[in-house]
Amino acid sequence: MNANVSAAAEPVLKLKDIRKTFGGVTAIENFSLEVRPGEIVALVGDNGAGKSTLIKIISGVYTPTSGTITIENQTVAMSNATMARAHGIEVVYQDLALADQQTVYMNMFLGREPVNRFGLLDRRRMISETETLVKELDVRIPSAHATIRDLSGGQRQGVAIARATHWASKLILLDEPTAALGVAETAKVEEIVESLKSRNIGVLIISHSLDQVFKLSDRICVLRRGKQIGIRETAKTDKNEIIAMITGLQQH
Amino acid sequence: MSSAHSSASGQPASFVSRLNLQQYVVYLGFLAIFLFFAIVLRDSGFLTVRNLSNIMLQTAPVTIMAIGLVFVMSAGEIDLSIGSTVAVSALAAAVTVNDYGLAAGVVVGIGAGLLIGLLNGVLVAYVKLPSFLVTLATLGLFAGVSRSMTNLRSIPVTDSSFTGFFGSGSFLGVPSLIWWTVVAVVCGHIIYRETRFGAHVLATGDNSRAASVSGISVPRIRLAVLMISGGLAGLAGLLYAGRLQAAKYTLGETDLMTVIAAVIVGGTLLNGGKGTIIGALVGSLMMGMLNNGLILMGLSVSDQMIVRGLIILAAVAVSLREKSR
Repeated sequence: MNANVSAAAEPVLKLKDIRKTFGGVTAIENFSLEVRPGEIVALVGDNGAGKSTLIKIISGVYTPTSGTITIENQTVAMSNATMARAHGIEVVYQDLALADQQTVYMNMFLGREPVNRFGLLDRRRMISETETLVKELDVRIPSAHATIRDLSGGQRQGVAIARATHWASKLILLDEPTAALGVAETAKVEEIVESLKSRNIGVLIISHSLDQVFKLSDRICVLRRGKQIGIRETAKTDKNEIIAMITGLQQH
Repeated sequence: MSSAHSSASGQPASFVSRLNLQQYVVYLGFLAIFLFFAIVLRDSGFLTVRNLSNIMLQTAPVTIMAIGLVFVMSAGEIDLSIGSTVAVSALAAAVTVNDYGLAAGVVVGIGAGLLIGLLNGVLVAYVKLPSFLVTLATLGLFAGVSRSMTNLRSIPVTDSSFTGFFGSGSFLGVPSLIWWTVVAVVCGHIIYRETRFGAHVLATGDNSRAASVSGISVPRIRLAVLMISGGLAGLAGLLYAGRLQAAKYTLGETDLMTVIAAVIVGGTLLNGGKGTIIGALVGSLMMGMLNNGLILMGLSVSDQMIVRGLIILAAVAVSLREKSR
């Protein structure tokens, strides 16, 4: 749908010939991928295909053995998650990484709390920015003051995505965003993810649900045992092809 | 109890009962104990200004230590070593102050506390040993150190500026021990509630992985809270030395349980992520009042210990019940 737009824009993230080995074991080999602003790319593959390793490389937790990571035409070397965040990359982890007994607004600003000129927490700003964003993304929580543990799974996921959205200027990585959710909550989270497109950031989503992948993504990238099997435009492929690529059982 | 509240206010039951139980239990408990003693001990002098201000003065070191422990427990750690840090700091300060004066005594006394906190902190944050075991070990270790420092002798503190500053003196008509309590509570509360450091302490205790991926240096937080606790235990040692005009290895020996009780009764969760400085203040005043009242009632030391132990049990039960909701 917005393939024309995406094609014109420079990629926010460019991975070229990424390779990662642990000791003698190759976890990822020759992986290349571009994500453009406003584009949702799905990363699929069976368990152990190397998706988590790839997330950790993009989020700065692992340094690739070889290959380059380019963020908006700038080649970067990241050695921790803080550096990835400084480059505008945010990760929504599978466990959400929320502090359960703190408020929504404190979680939104976790580790990056604004302070006033006396060096004290600027709660008013945190609360108002949280309320604005939560409204924009239509995450239905009781209030910015709500404690995380009082929220439902879908609301928590919404908060985690809202946090990533607030801070990501280039790319959001979503790791299995709906794995723990019910049907209605999944639909709500998918709606939120879809709305991220209009914010002109790239989204890389990892999901085991092919229905979800086909519903949300513009392109699908398939991994199998650390190898990149291929990238398909979602509109020009079908589930059978993707399943065949994931399992390696070509049946043409 | 909670259902009565919710039906009265018409708000969702879980919300109301949680707020009430967690936040006000310490104040209700404080009031209940106060009223109990005020009635039972009305002829024993409990309600005299002299007795009540005595409670405040005696409570000062415990309150100061409790503030440190709120930080430690909020970060998901524990510091048992404060029980012997008090004596080490008091003795170190006493020896120094007699020979080199007030400033040196203060630096050495607080410095000793900070160093013990540093040792605990490095072992917990960087060697990654559990704080319970580390501080249990250093509790014993420094109990031994305090005994060997002066061969079990008591060291008198003769410097009048020191005993005035930390003990019997007053400023604007208010005793210095009250000043120390107020300053520590106000500073502690602001740092805990209104600074990024305080927020990071809570996040670390709540979910250390989330804190870590959010860019918070979890080891640095763990080191910092244990050093705060050690430093404040050192200050408590100075207050004891100042008030009693002497230091001895027994100082603070029985405080550990009182401090932990004050903090937990005050509403700080054992497992981290939630706490309050004001609650800890009220908790320690409650403990002080309890000690005082039990003495006035004529209970023996052993009976006092039993009653205090039972109160800690009750507090832990409430705390854990809240946590498991």
